[in-house]
Amino acid sequence: MQISLEDVQKIEDLARLELTDADRIKYAGQLSAILEYFDKLSEVDTSSVPPMSHPLDLENILRADDPGESLAAEIVLANAPDRTESCFRVPVILEQ
Amino acid sequence: MELCEYTAHELWRLLSKRQVSSREIVESVLSRIQRVEDRVGAYIRLMDDMALAQADEVDSLRARGEPLSPLAGIPIALKDNICTTGIPTTCGSRMLELRHTPVYDATVVSKLKRARTVLVGKTNMDEFAMGSSTENSAFFTTRNPWQLQCVPGGTSGGSAAAVAASETVLALGSDTGGSVRQPASFCSVVGLKPTYGRVSRYGLVAHASSLDQIGPLTKDVTDCALLLHVISGHDPRDSTSAERPVPDYTLPLHVGVKGLRVGRPREYFGTGLDQDVHQAVEEAIRSLGNQGAEIVEVSLPHTEYAIADYYIICMAEASSNLGRYDGLKYGYRTAAAEQDLKMVVAKTRSEGFGDEVKRRIMLGTYALSAGYYDAYYDKAQRVRMLIKRDYDNAFQQCDVLACPVSPFPAFAVGEKIDDPLKMYLADIYTVTTNLAGIPAMSIPCGFSKAGLPIGLQLKAPLFQEELLLRVAYAFESSTDHHLRKPSVV
Repeated sequence: MQISLEDVQKIEDLARLELTDADRIKYAGQLSAILEYFDKLSEVDTSSVPPMSHPLDLENILRADDPGESLAAEIVLANAPDRTESCFRVPVILEQ
Repeated sequence: MELCEYTAHELWRLLSKRQVSSREIVESVLSRIQRVEDRVGAYIRLMDDMALAQADEVDSLRARGEPLSPLAGIPIALKDNICTTGIPTTCGSRMLELRHTPVYDATVVSKLKRARTVLVGKTNMDEFAMGSSTENSAFFTTRNPWQLQCVPGGTSGGSAAAVAASETVLALGSDTGGSVRQPASFCSVVGLKPTYGRVSRYGLVAHASSLDQIGPLTKDVTDCALLLHVISGHDPRDSTSAERPVPDYTLPLHVGVKGLRVGRPREYFGTGLDQDVHQAVEEAIRSLGNQGAEIVEVSLPHTEYAIADYYIICMAEASSNLGRYDGLKYGYRTAAAEQDLKMVVAKTRSEGFGDEVKRRIMLGTYALSAGYYDAYYDKAQRVRMLIKRDYDNAFQQCDVLACPVSPFPAFAVGEKIDDPLKMYLADIYTVTTNLAGIPAMSIPCGFSKAGLPIGLQLKAPLFQEELLLRVAYAFESSTDHHLRKPSVV
């Protein structure tokens, strides 16, 4: 699998990253080599094998709907990069 | 011998007889840290004052005759991806270097507090547990206490180096594809990856959620059993933790291996395996045979697909898990004067994540993206089933598997860091246990001609940690590799 600079930019956008041009060139080469190695899996016939998503047979678990204590707003906001009163302050999300 | 060099179970005996105090043990560990830490670099953060205060508390409880756990007053180090209330938890990343002081304890931390272990500090690691050498830490590279120009392994390299250099008595790491076992083998300590679900992942910063497990790094097998006992068990806060009773893991240690069938997976002894490692592991298997185990040849035919399969799954899960780092609620946020939310998030992530983390996020994103999902992620999940079936079949013919941990002993700092694929290939013998969910451990089994440690890996079926520890103990009892101390000391 050859990854072009345009592919890198598309993945960057999906992954919410912003790379420098030098990094794009470096990653295009590295990603191509790694994906080429990953293509090894195509040798294996898996037509009759189900996918395995998890090591244990687990079922969904719901906890009892008992009200418990919540963290105080001050604690929740303690690590916030920016805040205003008891809210996280973030850049504009919607057009004004 | 200094107190810091003793095992936890030896110290427990001395503490019970009031021959030493917990304060003396912690002081011994702290003075060792002072002497070697500038060369080893195992810790991101030290908790000296807090550790001494905790030790004093245990000493006064003991003086009052309060019932205490075997690990009460014993120093422990935690990998810095395990959340600790009030103590910054960085994951070895700029992303969490500032503004990530957890407001809750990981479940293993709550359990350690109940057992009254003494937290010495948080250890260095590859950024977000991605790597095989601890060179991907955003802060500094930890050195191997046996030979300082070598890596300690990774990603729990700080924890392994700290135990090896007696900068702590016990440590916890996390293992997604070998991150407890490989550094344990590089540093000549005991490391165990429990069955998936045995230990709660609540408060372990997520890397690949279907693979991650927290595991002990210790000086011997008995300590490993004691620590595993403390951290295991069902946790309502982790819906993937298993509802199974926790046995006393020290009980079966002395049973021996007579009559057990030890499988030797032939694919693990092929090309690429270092000669010294090959020899030491074969010798270890022979020694189990001499103690009455039956050695059987088994096959894990899909081993050649292990690395590709593991990395696709682990990168896909990681790209999804690391989507949470957006600079909005905690951690790093770009200083660039961006107005647009999407740009703020992209700049934050590009500045906050290191090279390897970005590489894996991109590969994982690609493997999950429209048009490629079937070729990569879905395919990898199917091959994962075949790898699991390999183990099911092998365990029809044997009780445990014995094999190498890593194809070679510790390598030099800088030797592999520029070639990511080469670094991934080093994980060939460890990654499939995480794909299958089974438990595995590394125990010291010798040294290379160059004097670097070699580990023996043992693997067992799901939830058979007792069997694993029993075989490990039998092997350890017949050798003295685990008693040797590194040169940095």
